[in-house]
Amino acid sequence: MTQTGPFRLSSGGRLIDRAYPLPFRFDGRQLRGLRGDTLASALLANGQMLMGRSFKYHRPRGPIASGAEEPNALLGLGHGGRFEPNQRATTTPLVGGMATTSQNCWPSLTADVGAVNSWLYRFFPAGFYYKTFMWPRGFWKHVFEPVIRRSAGLGKAPTEADPDTYEQAYAHVDLVVVGGGIAGLTAALDAAKSGKSVWVLEQTPHFGGRTPTDHADGQARVDALIAELRAMPNVNLRRNTMATGLYDHGYLLAREALADHDPNAGIPRQRLWRIRAGHVVVASGALERPLSFAGNDVPGVMLASAVRDFIGDYGVAPGRRIVVVTNNDDAYRTALAALDAGLEVPVILDARSSAGGALPEAARARGIRVLTDAAIAGIKGGQSVEAVKLCAHSGSGEVTETIEADCVAMSGGWSPVVHLWSHCGGKLNWSDTQSMFAPDPNRPPTGADGKAMASCVGAASGDLLVADATGAAAESAIMPVWVMPTHATRKMKFKMFLDFQNDVKVSDVELAAQEGYHSVEHTKRYTTLGMATDQGKVSNINGLAVLSGALNQPIPATGTTTFRPPYTPLTLGTIAAEARGELFQPLRKTPMHGWHQAKGAYWEPVGHWRRPYCYPQGAESHAEAVAREIRAVRASVGTLDASTLGKIVVKGPDAGKFLDMMYTGMMSTLPVGKCRYGLICNENGFLIDDGVAARLSEDTWLVHTTTGGADRMHGHFEDWLQCEWWDWQVYTANVTEQWAQIAVVGPKARVLLERLGGMDLSAEALPFMGWAEGEIAGIPARVYRISFSGELSFEVAVPANRGLELWEKLHEAGADLNITPYGTEAMHIMRAEKGFIMIGDETDGTVIPQDLGMSWAISKKKEDYIGKRAQQRSHMTDPDRWKLVGLESLDGRMLPDGVYAVAEGVNGNGQRNVQGRVTSTYISPTLDKPIAMGLVRHGPERMGEVLEFPVAGQESYKARICDPVFYDKEGSRANG
Amino acid sequence: MLTLTCPCCGVAAEETELHAGGEAHLKRFGPGSSDAEFEGYLFARKNPRGVHFERWRHAYGCGKWFLAARCTATLQVFATYSAQTPYPPAEVVAAIRAARPDWQPDWTETPTTPAESPNA
Repeated sequence: MTQTGPFRLSSGGRLIDRAYPLPFRFDGRQLRGLRGDTLASALLANGQMLMGRSFKYHRPRGPIASGAEEPNALLGLGHGGRFEPNQRATTTPLVGGMATTSQNCWPSLTADVGAVNSWLYRFFPAGFYYKTFMWPRGFWKHVFEPVIRRSAGLGKAPTEADPDTYEQAYAHVDLVVVGGGIAGLTAALDAAKSGKSVWVLEQTPHFGGRTPTDHADGQARVDALIAELRAMPNVNLRRNTMATGLYDHGYLLAREALADHDPNAGIPRQRLWRIRAGHVVVASGALERPLSFAGNDVPGVMLASAVRDFIGDYGVAPGRRIVVVTNNDDAYRTALAALDAGLEVPVILDARSSAGGALPEAARARGIRVLTDAAIAGIKGGQSVEAVKLCAHSGSGEVTETIEADCVAMSGGWSPVVHLWSHCGGKLNWSDTQSMFAPDPNRPPTGADGKAMASCVGAASGDLLVADATGAAAESAIMPVWVMPTHATRKMKFKMFLDFQNDVKVSDVELAAQEGYHSVEHTKRYTTLGMATDQGKVSNINGLAVLSGALNQPIPATGTTTFRPPYTPLTLGTIAAEARGELFQPLRKTPMHGWHQAKGAYWEPVGHWRRPYCYPQGAESHAEAVAREIRAVRASVGTLDASTLGKIVVKGPDAGKFLDMMYTGMMSTLPVGKCRYGLICNENGFLIDDGVAARLSEDTWLVHTTTGGADRMHGHFEDWLQCEWWDWQVYTANVTEQWAQIAVVGPKARVLLERLGGMDLSAEALPFMGWAEGEIAGIPARVYRISFSGELSFEVAVPANRGLELWEKLHEAGADLNITPYGTEAMHIMRAEKGFIMIGDETDGTVIPQDLGMSWAISKKKEDYIGKRAQQRSHMTDPDRWKLVGLESLDGRMLPDGVYAVAEGVNGNGQRNVQGRVTSTYISPTLDKPIAMGLVRHGPERMGEVLEFPVAGQESYKARICDPVFYDKEGSRANG
Repeated sequence: MLTLTCPCCGVAAEETELHAGGEAHLKRFGPGSSDAEFEGYLFARKNPRGVHFERWRHAYGCGKWFLAARCTATLQVFATYSAQTPYPPAEVVAAIRAARPDWQPDWTETPTTPAESPNA
């Protein structure tokens, strides 16, 4: 008929532009649609009713809806990184050049092998997976699971990265109207007149909702409202914007499509709006329900509203002979629209015993045959509707007549879209007269002020006609129809689909009820009802009504499943937006970062920092580089970038008293000019951080924390100061990034620093565990004589902007000393050689200082410190606690990290008892042998005993318990 | 996602700016306390459906801790107030009472301040 397909009507279609044909591909075939088409309308215009296969039985499926609730017409869109599965054809606007593919079928949509499942439906009842794949147990892992996984899920995930960009935007709005239909626009205008800032979010590209399609002067009414709203500066109208979820305190998420499926637009594909709404007006309309009759899933059986949308909005005929089946007046609009478009309506089947309203009368006046107490007994046809078998609705399905038709328009009534209302706890009432769940205005979701944060208007509130705004005449009452016909046989119920995508039928829900699944939430999970990608939009009410019928209880006693966001799926791209790649999280860089980078540092992430793990040279492996760095430090001198260590200033008249509470040891007695190592525990008694504190002046301490602990410890201090001892006079400041800190380490450390000049760093002037302030190489510096390597060591802190300068001067002056930069792994190994603990290796949140033989760092004089009381609890003082020891491998193999030492006997699960585990393990380049530390029951009393560490697939490791200090036990090297 | 107004800096902060700190107005028990007292302090937490007092830190803002009186069921926020108080002040109690007339405080104010430490 026209160049855009044989089913395109010669006139009509308010949303299409016949002047702009658009080419697209479907399963490799070249087709044409029109600008304004959705994929579904373009495919229907080309006579392509079959658009997919159902999930379980691979039954042929066409679209049943025209909007976001569509469960069947799900397509794969695009290529490569832009490929997206499960795109609803009914809501995807056609873009020229689009490539689309059908899903869940092989080898092709029309000849799908998986459809054999459909013949086996008796063997796939509700709960099939639970019942079948239980035994034999061993089969699950190797037989059942791989097969199920291969067939699980509709569509295929793309394997390449998404090349599109996405963005997020924030807004604070007085009132947000969700839904740009006539009720939403009216509510927006009322609110806007009061001066409030008002946004209207419309999910489709067009305002007006159903009104222009369903009501004679609907378009004019909508246009008038839009014109008035556009003229108001406080109103923001946004189309293509889907409000997906309403969260606590008026937090509304909405996805705005900016350039969906149009990679050439040069703008972000989608924008996620994160809106704080003073109030949300839910004007999201209503969704039509299918009728449950045998064969209601055959392609060509559609919702009555969808049939007239395709006719009126897109000028497309879903069929040429359309049978209408209904339990309400509204579906008669479809019959009238079909006649107007020149299509045949051989009969309207009305389940009610009479149909006397204005719309049925209008249909009769046009000569349409209207049958009451009428129903569909079955559909003839497999991949398309060929004929409709009629029966009495009040009967059990005896066929009275067969009528040829190629399309069925069904209407089981309407359900308000209450999702946003319900997301945050708005409650529903069941209306017997309207056969629907509608929002209960007396039980709204509440905001921070305790008042309603949302309200519903129009069809979403249960006012389906919105007569005030549309001028629609009253309609006669709906009659609830949950199974058609009333006394349908068991065999018919096997073909009555509730959830079209997941193939859940009336028979499945009745079986679930029979098997004891009385809760709607349990039935949902047992049958998969409502678990399809449409999340029950089409199936939920019909399913719970059938369940209520099977349980012989009223519908409100069954209730609904929980409405959870999002209303329609959000692509992960909008959730991540710009927070990916380098922008995923900020990177913290020390002042020497660039130098490390230039020297080829291999980076280790430590919190948000990157620290050099080692500096490999040439073809060196990381292990070889680490060994070289350690030997150089122990032989001469090396430098470590220690800028990342936490540095917190604690100052005030009560600072000493406060630090005595924070640390297990005594900090208040530390003399000015001295340093002291300390341990920090939490109130549970467990060790959470360690480091060296220096007393800067009478009332000021500088506290060093671990790199990862700086922010946490600062927060910990502030918590106690603000919430417990708020009358103590103490200030804290986290100055970690204000200082660059360089550890100059090794027997030649002093020689090197003296070459740079400026300070007396002799043992007399600056003894071990002392600190001094002065200048080095003309740079103001604080020098701490502390050692984490066991070597003579000076940690030099300079203002951050002079850090690189000092680092470079050290390397220049130390060239002849073989000065070597070393990384975190060399630092770790050197501390392990000395038996020093590492937070996160020797501690894991369950270890107390006493376990680590660190009672020397716990003050016995103090009455209290954070963790002291907890460390007196019986489990903490248990002599059986695992304690720190060194471990010497017997066969020269390095012990694997974290392995357990076994003890005699087995536990209740038949596993070997354990008596300890490895916490740190390395090959020591200094000693040229493996070294390890571990926590072992009664360890320190068992020196010389050999422990066994079994490892699957290997010969057991054996290690002798020894002193954890492997190197320089006298500690003489730190004195230089 | 909640919004709470920080009583220190006055900013209406979104939950992502805040760090939750659990139940407010705990009385600390240290050395010398009984096992039962210490266990209660360390582990026993109220979990009411209704009025609750919570600690929050304006972590990505002014950095201060503050307290919130909130309904865990409806998410109504009755008040946010200074962390430097051993008990909810009278105006907070009044704000809760205005919205929940049947609600009764479950504490008795004692003259000693829980801020006192054994070291003080």
